[in-house]
This record gives sequence, structure tokens and C-alpha cells, in this order.
Amino acid sequence: MPAITYVLPDGTEKTIDVPIGMSIMDGSVRNNLPGIVAECGGGCSCATCHVHVDAQTRALFDEPAGEETDLLEFLDGADGDSRLSCQLIVTGECEGIRINVVDSSA
Amino acid sequence: MTDRAGTAGRVVVVGAGHAGGTFAALLCQAGFSGEVVVFGDELDPPYHRPPLSKEFLSGPLEKWLREPAFYAEQGVALRLGERVVQIDRAAATVTSENGRTWSYDHLVLATGAASRWLDVPGADLDGVGMLRSLVDARVLRDRVRAAGSVAVVGGGYIGLEVAAAVRGNGTPATVIEREDRILARVASAELSAILARFHSERGTAVMTDSVVRRFDGEAGRLRAVVVTGPDGDERHVPCDVAVVGVGAVPRDKLARSARLTCDNGIVVDDGARTDDPRILAIGDVTSRPVRGVTGRMRLESIPSAVEQARQAVATVLGGPAVEPEVPWFWSDQFDLKLKIAGVLRGTFATVVRGDPGAGRFALFHHREGVLVAVETANAPADFMAGRRLLTAGRPVDPGRLADQRIGLRDLVTV
Repeated sequence: MPAITYVLPDGTEKTIDVPIGMSIMDGSVRNNLPGIVAECGGGCSCATCHVHVDAQTRALFDEPAGEETDLLEFLDGADGDSRLSCQLIVTGECEGIRINVVDSSA
Repeated sequence: MTDRAGTAGRVVVVGAGHAGGTFAALLCQAGFSGEVVVFGDELDPPYHRPPLSKEFLSGPLEKWLREPAFYAEQGVALRLGERVVQIDRAAATVTSENGRTWSYDHLVLATGAASRWLDVPGADLDGVGMLRSLVDARVLRDRVRAAGSVAVVGGGYIGLEVAAAVRGNGTPATVIEREDRILARVASAELSAILARFHSERGTAVMTDSVVRRFDGEAGRLRAVVVTGPDGDERHVPCDVAVVGVGAVPRDKLARSARLTCDNGIVVDDGARTDDPRILAIGDVTSRPVRGVTGRMRLESIPSAVEQARQAVATVLGGPAVEPEVPWFWSDQFDLKLKIAGVLRGTFATVVRGDPGAGRFALFHHREGVLVAVETANAPADFMAGRRLLTAGRPVDPGRLADQRIGLRDLVTV
């Protein structure tokens, strides 16, 4: 299981083994980490699982679909590094990556 | 009593739905180190309810809010299949149906809402049911898979989602609505019209101004729904399965027995407080203040339940107040992803963007340029932009809003 480091909104870090095939959102929800709310449970509907991911790490995931891009366009605090973590599916290449979690409950 | 650091005491939660489950998780997430006990009537651990109506024929029904092992890992005692029957406010205890009494430092009522039943002859026939719980959905899935045709009583969001799923399965479906349009209480007339056409084009018979008089059966099995239409004539809608989706009522009996103030739900403030300082209430059972709405109302939605779960955590732990959210909702019907923000009340003007005929549009409802609600389908950017405008409360020029050549980004200053 790839070890993934979640950089939480308060700056602290949590490293968690997330099974391949799960989403970055799932890893956070299962471990009750703060920041990702995931109201819709992973349906790319609610935009409450916002994270920032650097370019190198983004390349490990599928490109965002139009729906995700549209949701991000008017989301508070979104920029070019933004993704919705329910759409980031963990693969074997994700070992050691860092995910910057935005506080979606704020 | 509890405080933020080194919190102690016992928090009892009555109700293991989206609100209760989320509250327990967020309380632990915030570092509460006392005891958390969650009672649920049902045997299933907290689950996502939307799949029950939206994809009950196509997808897995069981989409857990958290993995079943999560609660024990977090130190939450989940007591499923155990109904709380009494609150003793003076003693600060609750009693469950097996007679055991639990003391609490804080009590959180998250008892939800129950489907309103249609009290007409024949409602007890085999084949007539409603859809609220996972158990209901399991029964309905098996019934619909074996059905020749399905009637949906009530053209609300749940009813329309069920009808869309039934049609997606290739089974004939009829929606029977008492009012003169579907979604009469919750959507704009424009959205009702667009969706009625959308459903009709996909083979659903949509009957409005139609009142259900009785269910007819044979040997205890449903055969038809009998309705009177706008002309007063009686009509028979043949079907093997009828799903009754005519709204919900708050499950506030426990609260009323404990003499907490209730008025179409348990009355709470924006910190999820009832009129007893040790008792809070969250989710569909509450009558709550809503941003942009005068007075209180009941919201039946996940975002509302989650917002109140956060309010309740802040109240229990003495944290900062939660910034009120513009209410929002979503619904999936066929390939339409509907997202709605704000609450429609009174008079308003409407600007249409996009193409309703193509199933991609946004209805911006405003009063003199100040947005009151936005209803969108397959238009997530419009939805998010609308939500932003609602939160800001700043007026926009309706003429510019209506001009499709002007991009959203130029209307919403980021």
C-alpha cells in the first residue's frame, strides 16, 4: 500500500497507507483526518474534498474531467494545483506523495 | 462539563443517520476524549442515503458513511438496533427500549424524518411501499426488478429519482402528482416544466392535478392506483409496484415527550442548541435558522446535516461559531446532475443560461439583481458561481446575466 502524506490545513502532517484503487479522499475519510468533508461521498458533486497537488504529483493521476474543472473554477481558494481528491485514484506509483489538504469545512 | 482540552464526559447521540454519524466522526476528529455513544434504530451502520433513490437498480445500495470498523477504531460505541424511548432531562439520562439507562453530559438528537404515509384504502396491499431506509431500498429493488410497471406517488425529488431509475431499467413508470406541477413546493415553475418534459420524453407518464383515492388489488396484490384527475374523472393506473414519496415528517416524538420546544421539528439555533443547554439537535428533525430565509425552516439535505454536525461539535467543545452556509441540494435524474442553491420563496425574476433543451442549463432567480436561488443541471460552473453570488449577496445586472456572450467569470468577481 502506498504511503501518502496528507499535509493538513493546520500544517501538521499525517502519513497513511492507502490501498491501491481507493481515492485520496477515501484515505482521509477512513482515517478521520480534518479538512476533507466529502459530503457527497465521492460523486464529484459537492466540491468538499479540495486538495492542492504539485505538478509532478498531478502527473500520476488522470487528468480532471470537465465536471471537476468546472466545479474548481469557482471554488474558494482554487488554483492551478487544485484537484478534487475523490477523483484521485491511488496507484502503485503514488508511494511517498504529498497532498496539501484545503479546509473544506471553512 | 466538557472543555476543549482534555475533554471528558459522555456525549449520547440518538440517531445513526448522516447527521448522527457525521457528528460522532467530527467530534472525535476535533480531539474529544470522552465517551461517545450513538444509538440507531436500524441494524445498518450509518450510510449514504442518496444511492437508495438515485441508483437503487444500478449500483450497490450499501455505501457506508464510514467503514463499519471506523466507529470502534475512533472509540465510538455504535448501538445499532437499539431505540431510545425516553429522555429524563432533570436526571440527564436517556433510556433505551431494553430498559437500560445512560447518563449524558451532552445529548444530540439526530432522529431524522419519516416518510409521510398515504392514508387511503388499499395502502396495505403487497406492492405498495415507501423509500426511506436501506431496508426499504432492498425491498423496492427486488420488487421493481420483477415488476411489469411502476407507479410513483408524489412528484418530489425522491419520486422523480425513483421514476428515472425505473425508466433506466426499461420498466414503464407513471408519476402521480397532486399539485398542478411536479416539484411544486421545492422548485421554480421553470424547472418543474423542464423536468416534466425531460421525464416525459424518456417515457415516464407524468400526471399532475391527480389525487390518489385508493389502491386496487387482487388477492392482496396491488393491481392499480386509482386517481381523480383535474376533470374529476376517476382513472386507473395499472401497476405492480407503487412507491409513495409524498414528503417527510420530522421524527420529533422523543423531543416532544421531553417537552423540548418543537414546531414542525425540534427548534434549534445556529449552534444546534435546543432550549435545554445540554441537548442539541441536528439534521432533518430540526427546524433551524437558514441563511437567506426569515424565521426557521426544516431542510432535508446532507449539506444541512453536515453543517449542523459541525455546529454541534463547536457547541459541545466551546469552539468558534460556524459560519452559516447558503443551503444547497443535489439530485440525479437520468443523466442530469441537478444542483440547487438557495431557497425559493415569494416573488422573483428568472434568467436562463445554457440550453434547457440540451439538458445543460442554469436558472438564476433574483430579486432586483440580488440572487435568491440558482437551479442548475449539468452546469457545475454555473452552480458554483451562483453559490458564490448567493454568499456574497451582491447584486448583478440581470441584463448582463442573461447575455450568454458574457462569461460567468466576468459576472462573478473572484
